[in-house]
Amino acid sequence: MDLTELENIVTKEAADRKPCEIRCCIAAGCLSANSNDVLSTLRTAVEDSGMADRVNVVGVGCMRLCSQGPLVGVDIDGPLYCRVTTDNASSIVATLNGGQGEAETFEREDPFFAKQTSLILKNCGCIDPERIESYIATGGYRALHQALFELAPSDVIETVTRSGLRGRGGAGYPTGVKWATVAKNSGERRFVVCNADEGDPGAFMNRSVLESDPHRVLEGMAIAGFAIGANQGYIYVRGEYTLAIERLNKAIKQAGRMGLLGTGVFSSPFDFRIDVRIGAGAFVCGEETALMASIMGQRGTPTPRPPYPAEHGLWGMPTLLNNVETFANVPDIIRNGAEWFAEIGTPQSTGTKVFCLTGNVVHNGLVEVPLGTPLRTIVEEIGGGVPNGGQIKAVQTGGPSGGCIPQEHLDSPVDYESLGKIGSIMGSGGMIVMDDQTDMVDVARYFMEFCMDESCGKCIPCRAGTVQMKQLLSRIVDGSANRADLERLEKLCDMVSRTSLCGLGQTAPNPTVSTLRYFRDEYESRLIDSTTAKANSNGATCQ
Amino acid sequence: MSVVTLTINDQLVSASSGETILQAARSVGIDIPTLCYVEGLTAHGGCRMCLVEVEGARQLQPACFLNVNEGMTIRTETDQLREYRKMIVELLLAEGNHTCSICVANNNCELQDAAVEMGVDHERLEYTYPQREVDVSHERFGVDHNRCILCTRCVRVCDELEGAHTWDISGRGANLKMITDMNQPWGESPTCTSCGKCFMACPTGAIFQKGSTASELDHNRAKLDFLINARENQLWEL
Amino acid sequence: MTGRNGDRIKLATVWLGGCSGCHMSFLDLDEWLFELAMFADVVFTPLVDIKEYPEHVDAVLVEGAVANEDNLEFIRLVRERSKWLISFGDCAVTGNVTALRNPLGDPLTILERSYIELADVNPRLPDEPDILPPLLDRVEPLHRVVHVDAYIPGCPPPADRIRKSLEAIRDGRLPKLEGQDIQFG
Repeated sequence: MDLTELENIVTKEAADRKPCEIRCCIAAGCLSANSNDVLSTLRTAVEDSGMADRVNVVGVGCMRLCSQGPLVGVDIDGPLYCRVTTDNASSIVATLNGGQGEAETFEREDPFFAKQTSLILKNCGCIDPERIESYIATGGYRALHQALFELAPSDVIETVTRSGLRGRGGAGYPTGVKWATVAKNSGERRFVVCNADEGDPGAFMNRSVLESDPHRVLEGMAIAGFAIGANQGYIYVRGEYTLAIERLNKAIKQAGRMGLLGTGVFSSPFDFRIDVRIGAGAFVCGEETALMASIMGQRGTPTPRPPYPAEHGLWGMPTLLNNVETFANVPDIIRNGAEWFAEIGTPQSTGTKVFCLTGNVVHNGLVEVPLGTPLRTIVEEIGGGVPNGGQIKAVQTGGPSGGCIPQEHLDSPVDYESLGKIGSIMGSGGMIVMDDQTDMVDVARYFMEFCMDESCGKCIPCRAGTVQMKQLLSRIVDGSANRADLERLEKLCDMVSRTSLCGLGQTAPNPTVSTLRYFRDEYESRLIDSTTAKANSNGATCQ
Repeated sequence: MSVVTLTINDQLVSASSGETILQAARSVGIDIPTLCYVEGLTAHGGCRMCLVEVEGARQLQPACFLNVNEGMTIRTETDQLREYRKMIVELLLAEGNHTCSICVANNNCELQDAAVEMGVDHERLEYTYPQREVDVSHERFGVDHNRCILCTRCVRVCDELEGAHTWDISGRGANLKMITDMNQPWGESPTCTSCGKCFMACPTGAIFQKGSTASELDHNRAKLDFLINARENQLWEL
Repeated sequence: MTGRNGDRIKLATVWLGGCSGCHMSFLDLDEWLFELAMFADVVFTPLVDIKEYPEHVDAVLVEGAVANEDNLEFIRLVRERSKWLISFGDCAVTGNVTALRNPLGDPLTILERSYIELADVNPRLPDEPDILPPLLDRVEPLHRVVHVDAYIPGCPPPADRIRKSLEAIRDGRLPKLEGQDIQFG
């Protein structure tokens, strides 16, 4: 494969394109709403109407409005139909001949789409995720070629550093700095690992990207491999993501066949192989040291850091670990330059971020906005607010490690620093909207129970502490706790977050701490001694 | 190996660059409490008893894992650390079914000692009373999971010193359990050599020797030092 | 010798769900019991036949865990009528042997196991209303039911621990044991 051949594919794709394209979402959300049958109904209808020569029916990745699937779009700017069934699918085809569409449509001008900025999701819902040509036609693998033939590895790292890209897995560590550290550390080999073990409740950003645009991630990984001097990459995907795994494997095979991965990428001396590693559903395997243990075939439990993976990772070698979304940003940064990327978002948090908007909100689905966008824009304008005119009480961000942002902080911008200041985190991008009927103590209990179930059990504070905290939260919900119990809960929150081995335990108290910070009265009003100002030192209170 | 100088509790300490904080501290007589650590075995980092404050570090660090560095300033005994250690002991006591008075390891138990050292005169947390099993299928030893603190010393000693790897861990979180081979009765384990090293390493009465009176149930931990020393310094002939 | 304010201390001991070993250990104070008698009146104890728990008790040592409804009702009365309530021995402090039934399940499961499955003769569940108090769902250490002021661990606590605690009470201080004196078991 060389640049000319790549160009030929682009030309051929353009030539083969039919004047009209009907896109049907076949990502997991719509698939579960029977979109595969809708897709075949559409195909039959096109055949039957004799328009096969000018209308192409294609299965694509996520079109974002997941709660209203199956989604069918006519061209990129044509009507978008939602909740399409096999009964009304053929009417969509009929509209091309002036017929009346029976499926409900969703306005493309709606703030849900209008307010979004697409970088990572640019191809999602537009290209066929199962055909590499479809990705190449959008300019795919050009960045890899550019990196290999026009840039030195240090230039690539420098570009990523200047772009200001930060880790999208949650902590927001500067990506360029991480790459530079790994490149600097010596070892016989180096590894690139893509963390696709997305486990937060209500989060499906990575899944959507992998299902809808897998080559973007592969290209990003290959560029990273070139930059840090690695010849082997692993994508660690959770086993529940069967479709993502299938498409990744297909994508790796296609790229390998074209010489875009494997030995001699673009016929250069650079070799880069990518293998998929499938997790068995343990949440803790999203933690980098546990993830690496799992890749190496060991029990997926974390080990203390330092040493960090950048220095002592897979098989003791320097290892670069980044999230799916981080890698997905890389090809565009190389192609369009660091300055282009740095202008999007805020000076400290550049670029865009994909969020999964779920909960009590009109439009559930995938949302991509520049960092620094006010939370209110996301939940009220893009999300359409609470259904039936309800009030937003809080927005939970960052999954089980995150916090609840109360309604009064809705105007705060969504970037790493601002969210930290109001007691939450960016996390991987889960965003759960809660209305005024929500019981915040119960929310805290839910997340604590999640962490309790997912604790690997290696360290005592997380293993036993989450059990105790969950018990105390249940007692507060039941109304059988007293003030001493609440104090004990707060002490445990502090202790577990300070002494746990890995991020799971260290952040497990976060939802509790943040709800205590903003909704303390909901806790206090349920204590059995809430009417007395202070626990009676001689009364019938437990100690 | 080069020598580095660091400060532990206001005391200047010199250590070899490959040593851990725990080794450096113990070499000058500063004791840092541990539960899962056994000298000579791979560090586990799970009990969190040996957490210390490292100046400039955001998080507390386990002394058994952290290597010494030139100019480090470490605190091993602060009110905060003492309180955390006390809570760790309380978490353990609440998590299992620890009844000292009827335990074979009474007066010879590292958890009991830790409770005394940390000043646990009562349990502030709620006991969880889990249902756990007792396996006495082995002809010489038994394991009472009620008393297990999941420190994995048995796993590591069996793997690293005996080379049998009979012990391992199954489950996660509160369902964590030490198992022999593929979770079959210990007595049916084809890999167990009946060497007793797991029994020697066990900090509590979870792994015990059968058929002896309570006063004979001395966990012979010094024997492990002997074995490690013999192996590391290749003292094959006595 | 007298207690605080020159008054004699009103001391009580109570026996809930325990084996009475702690009280045996109390008797191991031997001749020091004479000294105790110099500054304290033992106003209630299972060792003598007093039917009603008196009011205004200065300090009470409670042996045993809270295992049945009778225990529960009584400990609440004791708490109300005593200034200092001290958990006396491992059953009171931790639940200990009395709480060994907890992992096995609810009271009925345990009664069936004891009185039916394991019975040699005449298997039947004990049922004497108003005489046999019903078991609580779970055996609890004292401090999970009432406020406890001090703890004397041990199964049983050796006599010198008891003595140290009583000496503190004599001197008007709450007992605060340390070091080996707080070892369970």
